[in-house]
Amino acid sequence: MERSSLIGKAKYQHPLRILGLSLLVVLLGLVSLFVGVRDLRPTDILSWGQEEFMLLSLSRFPRTMALIVTGAGISICGLIMQQMTQNRFVSPTTSGALDAAKLGILGTLILLPQATTSIKMAFVFAVTFLASMVFIKIADSIRYRSVIFIPIVGLMFGGIINSITSFFAYRFNIVQDVGASRDIAGSWLMGDFSGILEGNYEAIYLCLPAVLITYLYASKFTVVGMGRDFSKNLGLNYRGVLNLGLVCVSLTISAIVVTVGIIPFLGLVIPNMVSLLFGDNLKKTLPYTMLFGAIFLLGCDIIGRLIIFPFEVPIGMMIGMLGGILFLVILLRGR
Amino acid sequence: MREHLQKIGPLLLLTLALVAGFLFLDLPSSWEYALERRSIKIAAIVLVSCAVAASSVSFQTLTDNRILTPSIMGFEAVYFLFQTLIVFLYGDKTFSVIDQRGNFFLSILFMLGFALILFKLLFKKGGNNMYLLLLIGLVLGTLFHTISSFLQMVIDPNEFLTLQGRMYATFNNVNYELLWYALGTVLVCFAIGGRNLKVLDVLMLGRDNAINLGVDYFKKVRLFLFLIAVLVAVSTALVGPITFLGILVTNLTYELLKTYKHSILIPACCLICIIAILLAQFIVEKVFNYNSTVSIIINFVGGLYFMYLLFKVKRV
Repeated sequence: MERSSLIGKAKYQHPLRILGLSLLVVLLGLVSLFVGVRDLRPTDILSWGQEEFMLLSLSRFPRTMALIVTGAGISICGLIMQQMTQNRFVSPTTSGALDAAKLGILGTLILLPQATTSIKMAFVFAVTFLASMVFIKIADSIRYRSVIFIPIVGLMFGGIINSITSFFAYRFNIVQDVGASRDIAGSWLMGDFSGILEGNYEAIYLCLPAVLITYLYASKFTVVGMGRDFSKNLGLNYRGVLNLGLVCVSLTISAIVVTVGIIPFLGLVIPNMVSLLFGDNLKKTLPYTMLFGAIFLLGCDIIGRLIIFPFEVPIGMMIGMLGGILFLVILLRGR
Repeated sequence: MREHLQKIGPLLLLTLALVAGFLFLDLPSSWEYALERRSIKIAAIVLVSCAVAASSVSFQTLTDNRILTPSIMGFEAVYFLFQTLIVFLYGDKTFSVIDQRGNFFLSILFMLGFALILFKLLFKKGGNNMYLLLLIGLVLGTLFHTISSFLQMVIDPNEFLTLQGRMYATFNNVNYELLWYALGTVLVCFAIGGRNLKVLDVLMLGRDNAINLGVDYFKKVRLFLFLIAVLVAVSTALVGPITFLGILVTNLTYELLKTYKHSILIPACCLICIIAILLAQFIVEKVFNYNSTVSIIINFVGGLYFMYLLFKVKRV
């Protein structure tokens, strides 16, 4: 009796809550549209000239869209990775994937400086995919040691990829562009939305198919996380689904790193927060994860733009600080 | 014992040969000046090697792990944050407010404080999860780096140049005013650590066994964490961070000397560390013609070696 009422309650609350959160995203998105050096007020919309509309469509609107897509994309990415490794501390930050994307971009700078954006994108994607595959292999081989050991190894793996990046950067005299990329918080490719303009951000929509696939395959990714033998027992195409998951993750990450740069901890913190609030039923938590990711990123971006107005704090830094603190809280609470 | 000495002997000879080669090979006509510069470099290399080797070996014994080193625990990030904070607070007056020596000892104090916080965090609730401590250290490290870069963004560019010189010391740009203080600090650490060397052998057996054998576990672990913090501070202040150096040299030592006695492991590791840095320095100077740095070479080789270790772990 109680059980059925619980289920009924969940069903009842589900759409309402999602609607509320979606409204919050829209609201924050609107706020984000009207924050900036050039003073735009929605109340003056009738007196706007061509210039104001151009500003809105060229710069403000792309930025807001990029924020929403990135927030949702990275959070989903973190969630898939956590499902596939059955480890809630795994994320793009703690698996070397972000660093691999960095290495990929360095590779395009050195090897294919003349290529078109789509070829460069494909190259970055290939490098990220390769690194994710290696990481999954490592995670699989040490999974029974300790839950916390895997993210540590992942961070170290990222450090190695970074050392390769700085090695080649030094050889080709582009250290200044790459900066002090010794650590994951290195300033090169620090996530930053200030450069987003119409025409240079569209690659970010490549996340969308990945998000869709995740929705359809969510439960299968969970099964994959239980291991090869278990999934085969259940009649699942283990290799296929695993590779599909890795393709989704790599595509999302490379699209985001190429367009806006590195945003640390987001993919780690959001899924953990959602699972603390709403439990672990993947079908139920997926929409929350996306919405929370978008809300968190929009909120941080607005704060970052106001805190040292008229300059702005790069979003990578804002999230790096806030996300790091939140992650620590989760870690200490988890005990 | 004898068999180990037979292995340490050649190591010592190799080290001496490399040091001699580094000092006397291709001496230019104004040899006094060159020799003086080279001696300073060698002194720094030996000091840093001893600090890194001793801190890494004892840290790995404490954590019962062979692929983690103290630089992971965010110690280096604390050093950076402290340097950034000083310049952030005092701006271009930094040099009149605090001199190199004061800065050095304050940094050490700061890092000791950090070690104490980590330790308290770890043992507060009677928990004993070294991995958790490590992950917290890692996250704190990233957090501190991010805060540092945030402050650096706000700092005036001229003042930032003051900071840059301090943060990115290398073996070619040794902070040699600090050399004597560093030497003194390392000697004190080695003296205290040396008296507890046998305890380290017991700590290797794990927490329960160590307590059973009558070791005051918490006190000793705290002592060694403090020593490690000081040693890391010294090496970071002298030549900046070299992330994968510790992993590389400790594991080479374990491969070479199959023993658990720290009285043999630590000296051997110091020697291997000196050899590794000198070889890297040689490669930088002769092969890459200074178009690379020791830390990049060591991180590259050490990183690859680390990957190899990770895949080997599978069988454990």
